[in-house]
Amino acid sequence: MNIVSIDPRVNRSQIDENTQEGIANPLEHFQTYEVFEQKKRGAHHIHVGSVHAPSAEMAVIFAKEQYSRRGQCVNLWVVKTADVFATEYEDSDIFDTISDKTYREPEAYKVIDRINAFKERQKAN
Amino acid sequence: MYGNAYVDPENKIVNSITANEDPIKLAEFESRIAAGDKIEPMDWMPAEYKKQLVRMIEQHAHSEIIGALPEGTWITRAPGFRRKLALMAKVQDEIGHGQLLYSAAETLGKSREAMTNDLITGKSKYSNVFNYPAKTWADSAVIAWLIDAGAIVNQLANSKGSYGPYCRALDRICAEESFHLKYGHDNVVFLATGTPVQRAMVQDALNRWWEPIMHFFGPPDKESIHSATLMRWKVKMGSNDDMRNMFLDMYVPKIWDLGLTLPDENLHKNEETGRWEYTEPNWEVFKQVINGNGPCNKERLAVRRKAEENGRWVRKALAKPSEKYVTPLS
Repeated sequence: MNIVSIDPRVNRSQIDENTQEGIANPLEHFQTYEVFEQKKRGAHHIHVGSVHAPSAEMAVIFAKEQYSRRGQCVNLWVVKTADVFATEYEDSDIFDTISDKTYREPEAYKVIDRINAFKERQKAN
Repeated sequence: MYGNAYVDPENKIVNSITANEDPIKLAEFESRIAAGDKIEPMDWMPAEYKKQLVRMIEQHAHSEIIGALPEGTWITRAPGFRRKLALMAKVQDEIGHGQLLYSAAETLGKSREAMTNDLITGKSKYSNVFNYPAKTWADSAVIAWLIDAGAIVNQLANSKGSYGPYCRALDRICAEESFHLKYGHDNVVFLATGTPVQRAMVQDALNRWWEPIMHFFGPPDKESIHSATLMRWKVKMGSNDDMRNMFLDMYVPKIWDLGLTLPDENLHKNEETGRWEYTEPNWEVFKQVINGNGPCNKERLAVRRKAEENGRWVRKALAKPSEKYVTPLS
């Protein structure tokens, strides 16, 4: 028996109420692309999520609809998820600065004491 | 649009859900959440955390997709082009929300195809409220205002949860929902301040939708399975009754303000407790509908199946068998 609906479009579609159609096969919805959005010129591209697409061109179209439908955007990048090589959260300590590298930090350079001492000595002379 | 995640009462979450977990990793995980940090897809997480999140985000995604169907019914018959354009934009938003949420759920390792299949075979649930028909234009107005309002209450709470990808998706979704709410309110106000026929139409819709709206937030706390663990893990962010109360507090005065009534004589705010009191909606009806016996369950799933089937030739034409699926990163 076909579905009887208050929606005329559903009636026109003549859908069997016990239809078994529509089961998706693995990978039928394609691979995923990661989406990066640039909100304005001069800003970084920022990761906003992923889309399923059969190609990079289609991924851009879907990304535009899903992530840039509202609000500002001047540029989009898409990258195959499979092509992203990422670090593990478990290894987050590799980003910690260890104490013997303070010479790379601006705070490690304190010249004002030396300058003041120098000026004192000049005055004394 | 989404209510609180429905937990099947037969499926008891036992307190031993953490029994088989590595205690050191579990402690680290819990302290991260307690500190307000987000959990990311590649982090270690308890099996039950992952399972409940997949179930919840997936239900939410399905609700967005199926929720577009009762509203979509009125696109072809919307009164006037402006309302037609606005309704089309709203329905497109809902589908977009579904896509964002499926992507978030996928980061936990369940494929898009598996989620679609679980929806159309009836294995996964979606918000019960979408198993009712939108009989008149006023129904679509009531849905856009009050169902979306209920969804925002839930979604704002969930956006403070612990799982990064879900929170990020919800932040985007909440921003768009505010247009839906305004649009719905505008439609209801137009009818409620219109001719006697228009007023009667919106009152009629409100009477019909009140029980599903009360159901929307899920069974009362004393009946629903409550897991302190899921609250501690910030998977569930508020009790069903708290969410319902918050909604009543925000919207009942606005409804009454329009001179409209609600079909519950006992509905009032207890000024001492600050809580709303009401007649419990019929929870037996809720269980019947969620288990497939609502007025539109069959239609919703059959329409969804047909849409999937009708799109298959396009996907087939574009398929590249050499490609491999990789779980999205974030």
